[in-house]
Amino acid sequence: MIKVDHLTKKYGDQTVLNIPDLEIPKGQSFGLVGNNGAGKTTFFSLLLDLIQPTTGQILNNEVQVDQSEGWKPFTSAFIDETFLIGYLTPEEYFYFIGELRGRNKADVDTLLATFADFFHGEILNQKKYLRDLSKGNQKKVGIVASFIGNPKVIVLDEPFANLDPTTQIRLKGIIRELTSDKESTILISSHDLIHVTEVCERIVVLDHGDMVRDIKTSAKTLKELEQFFAG
Amino acid sequence: MFKHFINLQWKSFYRSASFKTNVAFKIFMGFMALYFIAIFLSMGVGVFFLIKEQGWGDPLEVVNAFLIYYLALDLVIRYMLQKMPVVNIKPLLYLPFKKNQVVHFSLGKTAVSFFNLAHAFFFVPFSIVLLFQGYDILGVIGWHLGVMALIFGNNLINILVNNKNSVFYPALSLVVLLALGQFYLGFDTTRYTGPLFNALYQIPWMAIFPWVLLAVWYGVAYGYFKRNMYLDAGLSTKHSEAKTEELSWLNRFGNLGTFLKNDIKLIKRNKRSRTTVILSVFFIFYGFLFFTGGIETYNSPVWRIFAGIFISGGFLFSFGQFVPSWDSSYYPLMMSQNIQYREYLASKWYLIIIATAISTVIASFYLYFGWQAYLAVLVGAIYNMGVNSYLVLWGGAYIKTPIDLTSNKKAFGDKQAFNARTLLLTLPKLVLPLVFYALGHYLIDPTAGFIFVASAGLLGFVFKNKAFAMIERIYKKEKYKTLLAYKQKT
Repeated sequence: MIKVDHLTKKYGDQTVLNIPDLEIPKGQSFGLVGNNGAGKTTFFSLLLDLIQPTTGQILNNEVQVDQSEGWKPFTSAFIDETFLIGYLTPEEYFYFIGELRGRNKADVDTLLATFADFFHGEILNQKKYLRDLSKGNQKKVGIVASFIGNPKVIVLDEPFANLDPTTQIRLKGIIRELTSDKESTILISSHDLIHVTEVCERIVVLDHGDMVRDIKTSAKTLKELEQFFAG
Repeated sequence: MFKHFINLQWKSFYRSASFKTNVAFKIFMGFMALYFIAIFLSMGVGVFFLIKEQGWGDPLEVVNAFLIYYLALDLVIRYMLQKMPVVNIKPLLYLPFKKNQVVHFSLGKTAVSFFNLAHAFFFVPFSIVLLFQGYDILGVIGWHLGVMALIFGNNLINILVNNKNSVFYPALSLVVLLALGQFYLGFDTTRYTGPLFNALYQIPWMAIFPWVLLAVWYGVAYGYFKRNMYLDAGLSTKHSEAKTEELSWLNRFGNLGTFLKNDIKLIKRNKRSRTTVILSVFFIFYGFLFFTGGIETYNSPVWRIFAGIFISGGFLFSFGQFVPSWDSSYYPLMMSQNIQYREYLASKWYLIIIATAISTVIASFYLYFGWQAYLAVLVGAIYNMGVNSYLVLWGGAYIKTPIDLTSNKKAFGDKQAFNARTLLLTLPKLVLPLVFYALGHYLIDPTAGFIFVASAGLLGFVFKNKAFAMIERIYKKEKYKTLLAYKQKT
């Protein structure tokens, strides 16, 4: 689904990302871990064509992302709060995203109903604008919005951060279910090794922009990762 | 302990983002500051002689008569622009500072704000002129001190009523009503307030009263702040109750409607954009300067077009020129969503067109100044819709200032708005229609002038698709730079 080819990103002489070759097949749940500055968000930003690569390219379903916008209809993402529109209520935001992705109000309502548990009664009908919600609740809105319209590729940057334990557990369930039919490819970055090993079938470790591990998740993966990060 | 506060304050000042701007802009701002200082100074010195020459009466008494409006205007300006001192208190709360000191410092800090000091440039020279003109020394000192106390009092009143629109707007309407009454109905408020200010001069010790009043205001403000120095009280950010709006009547416009819905909510729900819209209403009245013959240089027929452009183009200039910036806080979303630039731009374009049309209709009262005056407005509107609407969208691609929708800071001008490209783009916006009109007016006749300007606008409509394709290309080219610029906010 996603093919990375000789991708580098440099600021000055500093190389912040260098991925010579990476292929993520369709339907994979792909985890990206690494310390701060490892290049996780840089990679996602390149994938979403928010920054330009210094060399190389990314193909998303055969579409070269920095050349064509053809990847947009089947790709969705939640990176940070700049993906939220602060002056809308959560409902308005969901409908807005829905309209952009060709889903009418009823479609969106149906989808939202399946996330009632996840929202825990703190999102819908709260008479609050998104900018007035807590960080964790904003995150819930952003994550669920990225599921609207059956996207083939979902990119979530640090989805577990700022969420309460209950919501973290529910989110893991949602992600597992999404990838169970092998239709959606989902890319997740996280600092939480336990969560990532639980939901991702493949984990790539970035370190100062380089891919240093590419692991097919197994029972030993968590140990391996812990060992790596303990240095 | 105050040493710490002042140290923090100093750092927050010279490390602030606005301090680190480019040199050209600093020089420009320096000149602007000098310009305003010069204006205030010359007003302070000159107003005495002006009043005397015009024979309006005793200069001090005339100034005193209008002082009430001066103070009211000062309050309005403060209310709209002056920032509250609470912002930096939060991190100090859990540190070993006494609350009293924090409050005293925060209130004291506002005393050195520009909004207080600016007045000195008027009142100090004015008082000095009074002394040189042989006014009683004690009297002048008493008057000066009294007025100073009232200005600092305004400072505290503003802090107390801050963000209480329910207090502010009724008060503002009262002042406006009184002013209207004064000019049209002969109900002279100043007859009652003027003597109060005169008394400060005649009986200098009366200056004690404004100072007592100031002390009372300070006490109230102090008490209020101290009581509310909790995260869930005065330091909490106020949340207005949100209502989900469907605006489903816009659905018929398809994708365009989706963006229009968003833009309408954007304007309605954010302080900054509301201010901009209010500002654009003021533009409508700009024409009075031209059509009343109030300013001599503006009497030339060519200037009528200039007025026409501004009267109908208030929204176009104030909202339009920041077009992608309004969406700066969620630009990455817009760029990664399934969005066609064309639809996004078209929605903004329609907003501008609709607002221009509405302004033009409201401006029909210019018919009072003759049909030629209103024709200038109409022609200006056509040019605005046909040509300027594209130009502001185009220029917007180069103005990469992130906008903080929730604050009014910078609402009246921004450093980024002054880059060379946008300045160049104002030429076709303002100068070109004047040239068109002058050509027609002086070579043929006034009607030809109007026709020339209007046809330029109509041509713009014809080439709409071409223009949009070009603007779209530029937006795409600037995309990464824009994203980067929006990331670096405050």
